[in-house]
Amino acid sequence: MQINTQDWNLKTIAPHIWRGQMEVGQLLALAHAVKDEGGQLQALWGSDDRHLNAGYSIHVAFHAAAGLAWVSVALASEAPAYPDLAHIFPQADRMQRATFDLLGIKAEDAVDERKWLRHGAWPADTYPLRKDFSAAPVRELDAYPFIQVEGDGVHEIPVGPIHAGTIEPGHFRFSIIGDRVLRLEQRLGYTHKGSEKRFEGMDLNTGARLAGRISGDAHSAYAWAYCSAVETATGSAVPPRAAWLRGLFLEIERIANHLGDLGYLGNDVALSFGFMQFWRLKEDWLRLTARLFGHRYLFDCIVPGGVSVDLSDAAPLLAEADRLEAEVRSLKAIYDEQAVLQDRFVNTGTCKPEIAARLGLTGLPGRASGQAWDIRVQFPQAPYDKLDVNMATHRKGDVFARSEVRFAEVYETLRLIREIIRQMPTGAIRADLTATDDVREGLGWVESWRGPVIVAVRIGANSRLDRVHAHDPSWQNWPLLEIGIIGNIVPDFPLINKSFNLSYSGQDL
Amino acid sequence: MTAGILLQIAQTLFAILLAPLLLGWVNQCRAWLQGRGAPPITQPYRVIRKLFHKDAVIAHHASPLFRFAPYMIFSCMALAAGIVPMIANDLPFSPAADAIALVGVFALARVFLALAAMDIGTSFPALLMVFFTASLISQSTELPAIVESLAHREFAIYPSLAFAAVAFWMISIAENARIPVDNPTTHLELTMIHEAMILEYSARHLALIEWAVALKLFTYSALGIALFLPWGIAPAGDWGALPLAVLALFAKMAGGGFLLAFMEAISAKLRLFRVPEYLGTAFLLAVLGMLIHFLLEV
Repeated sequence: MQINTQDWNLKTIAPHIWRGQMEVGQLLALAHAVKDEGGQLQALWGSDDRHLNAGYSIHVAFHAAAGLAWVSVALASEAPAYPDLAHIFPQADRMQRATFDLLGIKAEDAVDERKWLRHGAWPADTYPLRKDFSAAPVRELDAYPFIQVEGDGVHEIPVGPIHAGTIEPGHFRFSIIGDRVLRLEQRLGYTHKGSEKRFEGMDLNTGARLAGRISGDAHSAYAWAYCSAVETATGSAVPPRAAWLRGLFLEIERIANHLGDLGYLGNDVALSFGFMQFWRLKEDWLRLTARLFGHRYLFDCIVPGGVSVDLSDAAPLLAEADRLEAEVRSLKAIYDEQAVLQDRFVNTGTCKPEIAARLGLTGLPGRASGQAWDIRVQFPQAPYDKLDVNMATHRKGDVFARSEVRFAEVYETLRLIREIIRQMPTGAIRADLTATDDVREGLGWVESWRGPVIVAVRIGANSRLDRVHAHDPSWQNWPLLEIGIIGNIVPDFPLINKSFNLSYSGQDL
Repeated sequence: MTAGILLQIAQTLFAILLAPLLLGWVNQCRAWLQGRGAPPITQPYRVIRKLFHKDAVIAHHASPLFRFAPYMIFSCMALAAGIVPMIANDLPFSPAADAIALVGVFALARVFLALAAMDIGTSFPALLMVFFTASLISQSTELPAIVESLAHREFAIYPSLAFAAVAFWMISIAENARIPVDNPTTHLELTMIHEAMILEYSARHLALIEWAVALKLFTYSALGIALFLPWGIAPAGDWGALPLAVLALFAKMAGGGFLLAFMEAISAKLRLFRVPEYLGTAFLLAVLGMLIHFLLEV
């Protein structure tokens, strides 16, 4: 049975995206209804609405069978609280804790009430996303109560946040018995930059630049999600050619990241040959991208109202796509025949479909664990509604499955790039946004190479950004990494971690 | 005797000075085989020189052992390099040093490295077994005697030595922390075996360890050559045969280095819990070599 938009008073604001306001009491009922029809909680965030003659709000984005429902619940301005959703959707746990750290909005009766994003850089009783926040930064010790695993022979290994390689910071606490991992607990938030606070008061065009930098490896996805949120909010239309170019940019970004990850997977099992070859291909791809569009990672190519660069000559891109496909196919044959590599990949870091469904695994790792969701397939917006994207899935849920899905998506994405170039209409690439002088809201939902990215935007009466929330799929997927490592050995952790390749910056905000 | 001592000093210095060259060669071959531009063959020298010019950073709670260990490790490797017949046989160190003592010297270096970093796991029993096979053929555990008897008897194919050679190759890979047992170029602390033990070292200490690593690879290569391909080595006191011996050693090392790089390029790192199986296989091969010697060759 599908959620009835009438029952919940939801109205469509964009293709496959609904908006609704409800009472606190209805929120749990909606969550149960979504759960019953096999949907998931995608994002949860709060906002301070006191300057709009209200209290606070809690916002939840549910992804149901027919689309994304973005519902808000108005909360009191004194001691704002809403019922805990983590007992229905476990992935809500960290989002609820982060919402409390940033806004002081509390999930009542939540099991885990520890801090999440606050590392002692601001006092415990102040909340940086409140409009009246003015506390000076502090330097408290980050006394975080990790869960202790006790018993004979249980040994704890703390790793990070500073690592031996040049990677983002995160703390991983392994409890092991013998060689096997009994439990892994993550502590993230080391790259918290206050991005959401930074958005406040920005003009709409500058906001697009910041949105794209939330997690730079998914720049196009974030920039697109932000722009589509702003366009929904202002009621602006995008020229058809711009929508197709956005699709092209997103797929180019997907190829670059998948190539890099496939190389890293080889490198993590010390097959430097694979690393060097995939990174050679990635470098060629990035240079071509820079030559065609002026930036290796397409930064600032997607702008509110359209795109900033056009594709003048598609021939080099088509030629490179053909060459790339042939090279990736021959490299896949080498990976497939490398016995030791296969031995390392298969049955390592397994997330079974059942647990993936229960904990809300999403995006690429989700598809490798039987969670067959891809916005481009089920909820297509232009240009994907004309493209018939084939979804790549796997059921094993191990490192091997995630690498198989990456290979399959590289082939499919190369096909999409050819298809986009073939079908792309001519015309303008950018239109002006409609000017507004009241409070407007919008939401963008884009399938990045990592998974679904959500950007929700509220524009104030002065046409400047009032509240922006950017949601990375890593929020849901980090906890599954804790599940995937159980029973594996600690030296396999980097490989498993890389096969997920989650964003630190995107979830630390 | 003086000539012998001179030759001994010359050989040890020769090994110390040329060891980084072998490492550079292996790295160069690896780069070529991966299809990328190679660093110059002298890169390891540059790294060592750079490290000697840096200021050492040492943890506050580090014990004197931590500072002391790099010197011990380097000395052990230099001593080992002096024992193994590389370019000349029957040097003055020889009577003091047989195969068992050599394994002991390697073990001493490992103990210091492990003490400095609390390491676990070793592969020495299998290495001893390889020596025993060769010893049984030559009726001696003294390296010069083994080399002498293998190099200067008429050419015969020893099946037992073939087993021992494969076992020796596998052990050398493990001992020198190469792929598929360890990855010398990893940047992930959780996957490091050897690198994890030296992670805390910097500057001159790190330079000595890096140099000792190069020296260890060189010594193992020389040892493999001495045991299984000894032809061309100079007899004791024969200065005239030295140039040829040096050339032969260079050629054999270049071949061995390329083979090592090739094997590394085509293999990935084993799952950690497969490493005991790998070492077990090496041990088994070594034992088989010994048994075959008793069955077929006595």
